[in-house]
Amino acid sequence: MIEAVGLSKRYGDKLAVDRLSFSVKPGQVTGFLGPNGAGKSTTMRMILGLDAPTSGTVTVNGKPFRQAAHPLREVGALLDAKAVHGGRSAYNHLLCLAQTNNLPKKRVDEVLALVGLGAVAKKRSKGFSLGMGQRLGIAAALLGDPKVLMFDEPVNGLDPEGILWIRNLMKALAAEGRTVFVSSHLMSEMENTADHLIVIGRGKLVADCTVQEFIDNNSELSIRVRTPQFEQLGAVLTGKGGAVRADGEDALVVTKLGMAEIGDLAFDNQIRVHELSPIQASLEQAFMELTKDSVEYHAAVPAAKEAAA
Amino acid sequence: MSTLTEKVPVFTGLAPLPEARGRAGFGGALRSEWTKIRSVRSTVWSLIALIAVSVGMISLMLAMRMGDWNQLSPARQHELAADPLGVYFPIAIGLGQLAMVVLGVMTVTSEYTTGMIRSTLQAQPRRMIVMTAKIVVFSVVAAIVGQIVAFGSFFATQQIVKAHITMTLSEPGYLRSVVGGGLYLAVIGLFSLAMGGILRHTAGAITAVAAIVMVLGNMTELLPSSWGAHVHAWWPSIAGAYVYTPSVDPGQLLTPWQGFAVLSGWTALLLAVAYVLLKRRDA
Repeated sequence: MIEAVGLSKRYGDKLAVDRLSFSVKPGQVTGFLGPNGAGKSTTMRMILGLDAPTSGTVTVNGKPFRQAAHPLREVGALLDAKAVHGGRSAYNHLLCLAQTNNLPKKRVDEVLALVGLGAVAKKRSKGFSLGMGQRLGIAAALLGDPKVLMFDEPVNGLDPEGILWIRNLMKALAAEGRTVFVSSHLMSEMENTADHLIVIGRGKLVADCTVQEFIDNNSELSIRVRTPQFEQLGAVLTGKGGAVRADGEDALVVTKLGMAEIGDLAFDNQIRVHELSPIQASLEQAFMELTKDSVEYHAAVPAAKEAAA
Repeated sequence: MSTLTEKVPVFTGLAPLPEARGRAGFGGALRSEWTKIRSVRSTVWSLIALIAVSVGMISLMLAMRMGDWNQLSPARQHELAADPLGVYFPIAIGLGQLAMVVLGVMTVTSEYTTGMIRSTLQAQPRRMIVMTAKIVVFSVVAAIVGQIVAFGSFFATQQIVKAHITMTLSEPGYLRSVVGGGLYLAVIGLFSLAMGGILRHTAGAITAVAAIVMVLGNMTELLPSSWGAHVHAWWPSIAGAYVYTPSVDPGQLLTPWQGFAVLSGWTALLLAVAYVLLKRRDA
């Protein structure tokens, strides 16, 4: 359980995190979403006490993290895969962490085997690939059998097999009753993994709900209708309050009307319908819609360049 | 919440951990810091370099001088015979301290430059414990290596000059210089460690300590009048050098051990600043 109340962090005149209040519950994977620069990493650093909040408080399992008797047994975190001295072997890296919490040495071998780094345990982590570095970070997070796990962008640098592996790992950890808090700017990843979402933009809380609620609240269901009489149907649907746009020569995309309504209206007006299908809005679209005003760094639009040329 | 009080099942493939007892504290931090210092090749190499450079340099320079013994003027022979340790021992310590400065600085800055500090403070968020463990482990290693360098240099000197000069630790100021030389190396390492903690940047901290120890200290001699002499005498490296210099200049403002105390005072001050900054700053 992680609980943040009015958490804020100011860097100079920039408010990186702005009065965030949320709680992350055990037994489920909670996705922490936001565009780059939204304040996700800063928030996670404050949870661990690496950064001090400008105001507000955050507790882990009911108390500030620094008061934990055995910090590694409370929280296992992968903040970034580079939090490692490259000159030290994977084994020694984990050993020096395990020793701080009086964890047994054999635990180090066990977690290395679990993440698939057993064969390179004695190798210096300098030579590790991004994916191996990520696995080492996950091994460190699992050292203390923690009740709370935090992962900051864990799939970065992993190959598809690795992504699947960590997705299953997170789900398994949550299924064991642990609190799993995972940040990402990849909505598609969260759609497959998270049960609950906390979405932030420019340091502010934007949404705190289940994945399904998030989609339902933030995107309209669109329905694709294929019909040979599409001008006629378009007029009927518009008349009933639907928003209609053409999709190719023989199809319409309709919003603001339900599938049953569209079907009934077509039947009542004797219009042939060849296809009636929902277009499921993805989390990606819903997220883009929601945070479009709060994206910190916009990419230059190529079209603008062309126009200028 | 009742689910929190229940034992969380262990992730598949891992044996259950023994029950947690007490609180993760200083003992674990000490073991951890010892693992850190011994498991990085650069530490081990710095220490070997320190011993090799100091003992090797003094042996080489002295051997060259002694090889020309018969060509030396009687006055030079007399000078060497009067204080054989004083000729090159301070140079050995002065050179050896470079490796100690690098080692002291890197003990802290390598945590920041590699990002390891985030793992370290996550495992033990009580920062004072981490810093104190670092200081204790480094002090022990530096003190032992310092004494190896100092006594190594002494015995090398003794062997090289023995054909012409008999030299023992019972000469006035010799035992103090040798033990003091080892201690000086350890304290200058701690001084550097503190500077590393303050600046958190390897090159910056090494430059700062090198400037204080090797450049600015000698420049203070150029300061005018008596306050200049005091600045000079109380400068960390100059004050510290009194303890490993066998002869005592009658005009010296500080005794050898007073000088060592002054260096230690500066070091304590820097360590205090490093502690406060570590506590206050974001990691």
